[in-house]
Amino acid sequence: MTAAATESGTGPALGAEKLLHIYRQMTRIRFFEEQVNDLYLRAVMPGLSHLYSGEEAVAVGICEALRPDDYITSTHRGHGHCLAKGATPDRMYAELLGKEAGYCRGKGGSMHIADPASGNLGANAIVGGSVGMAAGAAFSAKMRGSGQVAVCFFGEGALGQGLLYEVLNLSKLWNLPVIYACENNMYNEYTHYSETTAGEILARPAAFGIPAEAVDGQNVRAVHAVAGRLVNDARAGNGPSFLLCNTYRYRGHHVGDVNREYYRAKQEETNWLTTRDPIKLLGDWMISEKLAQQPALDKIQAEVKSEIEAAVAFAIKSPYPAVDQVKEDVYA
Amino acid sequence: MPEVAVRELTMAEAVREALAEEMRRDPRVFIMGEDVAEAGTPFKVLSGMVEEFGKSRVIDTPISEPGFTGIAVGAAMTGMRPVVDIMFGDFLTLVMDQMVNQAAKVHYMSGGAWKVPMVMRTTLGGGRRSAAQHSQSLHAWMSHVPGLKVVLPSTPYDAKGLMKTAIRDDNPVVFFEDKMMFKVKGPVPVEDYTIPFGVADVKREGEDITIVATSSMVPVALAAATMLEEIGISAEVVDPRTTWPLDEKTLIESAKKTSRAIVVDEGYEKYGVTAEIASVIATGAFYDLDAPVKRIGAMHVPIPFSPPLEDATIPTEQVIFEAAKKMCNK
Ligand SMILES: Cc1ncc(C[n+]2csc(CCOP(=O)(O)OP(=O)(O)O)c2C)c(N)n1
Repeated sequence: MTAAATESGTGPALGAEKLLHIYRQMTRIRFFEEQVNDLYLRAVMPGLSHLYSGEEAVAVGICEALRPDDYITSTHRGHGHCLAKGATPDRMYAELLGKEAGYCRGKGGSMHIADPASGNLGANAIVGGSVGMAAGAAFSAKMRGSGQVAVCFFGEGALGQGLLYEVLNLSKLWNLPVIYACENNMYNEYTHYSETTAGEILARPAAFGIPAEAVDGQNVRAVHAVAGRLVNDARAGNGPSFLLCNTYRYRGHHVGDVNREYYRAKQEETNWLTTRDPIKLLGDWMISEKLAQQPALDKIQAEVKSEIEAAVAFAIKSPYPAVDQVKEDVYA
Repeated sequence: MPEVAVRELTMAEAVREALAEEMRRDPRVFIMGEDVAEAGTPFKVLSGMVEEFGKSRVIDTPISEPGFTGIAVGAAMTGMRPVVDIMFGDFLTLVMDQMVNQAAKVHYMSGGAWKVPMVMRTTLGGGRRSAAQHSQSLHAWMSHVPGLKVVLPSTPYDAKGLMKTAIRDDNPVVFFEDKMMFKVKGPVPVEDYTIPFGVADVKREGEDITIVATSSMVPVALAAATMLEEIGISAEVVDPRTTWPLDEKTLIESAKKTSRAIVVDEGYEKYGVTAEIASVIATGAFYDLDAPVKRIGAMHVPIPFSPPLEDATIPTEQVIFEAAKKMCNK
């Protein structure tokens, strides 16, 4: 590790090696999602997918602050969380195509990727459906004295669900090591969050006495710095916290949502893409701070591209599960 | 029947037309749900409604199903006629207390003093590769509860007439639409009409076997009937259209006539709608039956994502054909 840098608000310096790893993880998610869109357009992927492009800094910034045995719960827009927590693209694509080699043997698909090996309790197609599960994992970690923490990822749309408030209350009462990561990409499907959210978001966890703060979800160094602090606090026994990550999804609510002008302006999309892109922001910053040079970043992009291509090819040539597997796994 | 002008509408258009006509007729009717306004729901069933009726009658909600369902119950009790949209039938699990312990019981518990004239529109059906939390057909749950009425249209004509009846009914009505059928077209009269609840429709007459089918399974049963005809079996297809109230008489009479019955429904096969209907037929047509009543439902597993697995869980015309053939000893 050679160079390092600090910047106000971003916490302790990260070494160049770690930063390049973070750059790689975000790039991996971006390229992964581009191929998902392509698989949909080519009618190779069954069903629909909700892409994480634009939000990479949130999942990567937070998961890079976690131990491999820490837990996460994820959402319908979950590919980024799964990859950031350590899933590999090949088995993820296999799942998205309904193949036996997938993380869920083809039974789950895009919205349900789960992986015990990387601490992923599962993506969830019910908005807010996993908040109890995340707090439950934290509860169990506390009971077992394992020192693990749990991160509950959810979109700002889940702020509408009553279960969240029951669980916030319980987790504070019981001092559980859980971090609520609210990804505010500004839209609940096709409706702006301002039309669905009364009052201040941060005032809600604060009402339960849960420390709550906001972070620029496009700045991975900032996300990582805050997440590191919150994870340490949780591990030290200081209970739950709430992190509001302000971000943006580049693409539609799902891959089929292409005509979006009736709910958000093209100009808004272009602004985020050109001025707030988390991958470009990190790359540019590393270059300006002389922590990396363009060829090193280009090399990562090229490596990730071929990794993703190989993963897609693997998934396409993998077999479907045998039909008799349909009755397996109903009961343990 | 008087001569009426008829044109083809899709299922989605028929539902929308019923809602629009009722909203023009009755200012108490309003729509509430997630992405119902500008987006017109993800299935585009309500496209154009907010443009005509405005945001005060086509109301976008937060993702708060129990909350806005409860608000609908209260609004219905106090002079309004809400139509609540629950995007996927799988989310009924979230509103069960409001529907089952509140809406369904208010009239009875108050000794008839209060009424809850509301409609809950929702969806059922698999086949979209949407996996276990977006593919279920949970209408049996609602049919199980005294105080709720449950509607399952299988054609645009039925959808429009039944939706109008649902809105004019003074009770909570749960209206299930098959996600795969929204684009299916069928004739719909221009004139105002309603279809009473509890009246089954014989979709095809036959002599040798009765196939009772609901919602998504009606076209599948009709396809099976066509296959059966080719091997000389004449199948009658009966669509109850509402699981509660249930037209027991028509179901029993058809089974008495043909002496054999299969019941097909996309809900989970165990403890489902097929069990209730099979029992009604087995009891009512006992002395005329040549074979035990056969039930066919969705395989008793969570609905898997992978196409070959999902396909194995949903009843097909081939499965119905084989079952009918066997029952008719052909
Ligand atoms: C309980 C529930 N209600 C409705 C839906 C349908 N739905 C799927 S995603 C979504 C919007 C979610 O918005 P948000 O939580 O902000 O996440 P984002 O899609 O923006 O990542 C809705 C309404 C659902 N899946 N679950």
